[in-house]
Amino acid sequence: MKTLFRPALTLFVLLSVITGLIYPLLVTGISQALFPAQAAGSLILRDGKPVGSRLIGQNFTDPKYFWGRPSATSPQPYNAAASGGSNLGPLNPALQEAVAVRVKTLREADSGNTAQVPVDLVTASASGLDPQISPAAANYQAARVARVRGLPLDVVQTLVVQQTEGRQWGVFGEPRVNVLELNLALDNLQSKP
Amino acid sequence: MTPHAWLILGLYLTILLFTIKPLGIYIANVISGRSLVLRLGSPIESMIYRLCGIHKNEEMGWLHYALALLLFNAVGVLTVYALQRLQLWLPLNPQQMPNVSPDSAFNTAISFVTNTNWQGYGGETTMSYLTQMLALTVQNFLSAATGIVVIIALVRGFARHTAQSIGNAWVDLTRITLYLLLPLSLVFAVFLLSQGVIQNFNAYQDVMTLELTHYDNPKLDIAGQPLKDDKGNLLTEPVTTQTQTLPMGPVASQEAIKMIGTNGGGFFNANSAHPYENPTPLSNFFQMLSIFLIPGALCYTFGYMVGDARQGWAVLAAMTILFVVMSVAAITFEQQGNPLFTTAGVDQIASTTQAGGNMEGKEVRFGVADSGLFAAITTAASCGAVIAMHDSFTPLGGMIPLVLMQLGEVVFGGVGSGLYGMLIFAMMAVFIAGLMIGRTPEYLGKKIESFEMKMVSIAILVTPLLVLAGTAIAVMTVNGQAGIANPGAHGFSEILYAFSSAGNNNGSAFAGLSVNTPFYNVMLAMVMWFGRFGVIVPVLAIAGSLAAKKRIAVTVGTMPTHGLLFITLLIGTVLLVGLLNYVPALALGPMVEHFMLWIGR
Repeated sequence: MKTLFRPALTLFVLLSVITGLIYPLLVTGISQALFPAQAAGSLILRDGKPVGSRLIGQNFTDPKYFWGRPSATSPQPYNAAASGGSNLGPLNPALQEAVAVRVKTLREADSGNTAQVPVDLVTASASGLDPQISPAAANYQAARVARVRGLPLDVVQTLVVQQTEGRQWGVFGEPRVNVLELNLALDNLQSKP
Repeated sequence: MTPHAWLILGLYLTILLFTIKPLGIYIANVISGRSLVLRLGSPIESMIYRLCGIHKNEEMGWLHYALALLLFNAVGVLTVYALQRLQLWLPLNPQQMPNVSPDSAFNTAISFVTNTNWQGYGGETTMSYLTQMLALTVQNFLSAATGIVVIIALVRGFARHTAQSIGNAWVDLTRITLYLLLPLSLVFAVFLLSQGVIQNFNAYQDVMTLELTHYDNPKLDIAGQPLKDDKGNLLTEPVTTQTQTLPMGPVASQEAIKMIGTNGGGFFNANSAHPYENPTPLSNFFQMLSIFLIPGALCYTFGYMVGDARQGWAVLAAMTILFVVMSVAAITFEQQGNPLFTTAGVDQIASTTQAGGNMEGKEVRFGVADSGLFAAITTAASCGAVIAMHDSFTPLGGMIPLVLMQLGEVVFGGVGSGLYGMLIFAMMAVFIAGLMIGRTPEYLGKKIESFEMKMVSIAILVTPLLVLAGTAIAVMTVNGQAGIANPGAHGFSEILYAFSSAGNNNGSAFAGLSVNTPFYNVMLAMVMWFGRFGVIVPVLAIAGSLAAKKRIAVTVGTMPTHGLLFITLLIGTVLLVGLLNYVPALALGPMVEHFMLWIGR
């Protein structure tokens, strides 16, 4: 047993230095050389100031913006410093109530729209920071956004199509629309003379 | 299942299949010292051995080997505990994270050393960058290496005959870490960076959002505890903010080994669902591949080292069949969605513009197909990373990960632990077959006798015992019930899931359960420790005993262990022995909930 102590302790220290210090620092060095923007969080700058990250969703409740996924982070929605989902079970009355309220809010902001609501628009995401919605969820909101902004519907719809990402490499994942980028594009469209 | 889901599953299995043979041979060569890579690393390797006083050609008996691993892992527990308890006074803590509480630090130390990576804490709100790197990333490597060297030792037990030793634990740990885990992680980390995973040491980044956010902020007293009014309701004050605080940190380096080592402990609370951990569908596909990469390849290493590749393929076939059935089930149940949503006017039908299905607790970029597949992979293996919240799965969709863990995580399983678990079942299978035809059971030319079967029994029974006893205690005590988040049968499932995950060293959770309490931190830590080493020690005992045996020749009476008959027998044994223990508990949880959701209303 005694002969085991020295190798156990020394090997632990040496492998810790290699895997816990040298390796992460090496990856950091490579990241600075090859992917500096990604490594810093894929920030979006407007007038030189960061207004968000293209990977992290933001809270939108104004009818002139497209809304993202409901977020269950606490205390405020889209709290990027404390990610997480609702963890509500499928039968939990709190989940049924939350979905019903979200459907009602969407309908009230867009009276006359009687279409069924796409599921991702009324269910909380896993991270609470989902930056994207399905194209169906964007299409559902296009008429509302166009009306509130006084834009022709086809202009807004074209913008949605432009901002839609298909499956990656045609195969992986699901088609999606980045909500923050879409809303920034909308703002840009109207700030032009 | 949608055609797209079938395509992804097919693509996944095809690509995985092509990696198995080359990586399997590479691992065998690294461990036996034949690989050319060893020449490249030999200056570093010999320096390590010199500093540690290790004689690389000195072999160990099984007891010596087991003690070495236990001691090495005990040092790990103490270090991880100490780093968490002292992090406020250590460098690389730009957010001034306070020292972690004793019970949480204890739980996390055990959790990361046992390759469970259960998280009672939220990463971005608890851990300093130094703790993430020097405590958690290190254990991601070393716990994975521990699992791999145990299976290597067991395979040596089959491959050797009339031998007194099963290898040198220090040399095996060093080689697996330096030549297998490090290079794979480095390549994978760079790929993850290209997809948008972050890697820096900056303080958290404030950004100015487009819209103002109004919310109620809980009032805190001087000690930082939330204040409550006379009726016990939380006191809040309305707050308006236009600031979003983005978390930062050295994520990519940890993320890579988190998947490759089937660890699964996320840098952030939301784990691989977090866009900074898993930003794109492509990063997700490769995260899924990296979970099964080493467990799959080890099957080939096994066949290669015992001199009959077919033995490895047979075990792999049994694993794959079980896996395909389970993943198809998980995706199908999630795609069905929640019938209560439909009545609320919600569209859950899959179309060209949406994935549909049960999207509560899922991310749009992954949808239902990737989320269901990932859930099956992460619990078949002992990974425990998640891209969707299993707590919000449909009842049967959530039962699949539960069952995969309860089978003992032998369907691919953790790095090393999956295969040694499966070989335990294989010995059980030949034992049962031997009883049926009245012959002494043998496997790979080794007689399976009473000592081996005693150890097999311990290894198989220790986890169900821990899981079911732990669940029973938690359900019956006030402290255990206090953690439940969802009412009814689902609350029971949350507790059952927590103990199944801890006992089998998975680490995923029905995360609604509040587990960062002294009760759960201590209970689950004990279950994790004995669930890990209560299996490893008997497995090493079997390795030592097998290595000492003579090899017996194959005769007409020998049952072949590479054909369809054996594969069927093995699957049957896994299901019968692994699952029957849990059927009553499953009936009380997810099954009841399923009937309530679809019929009971």
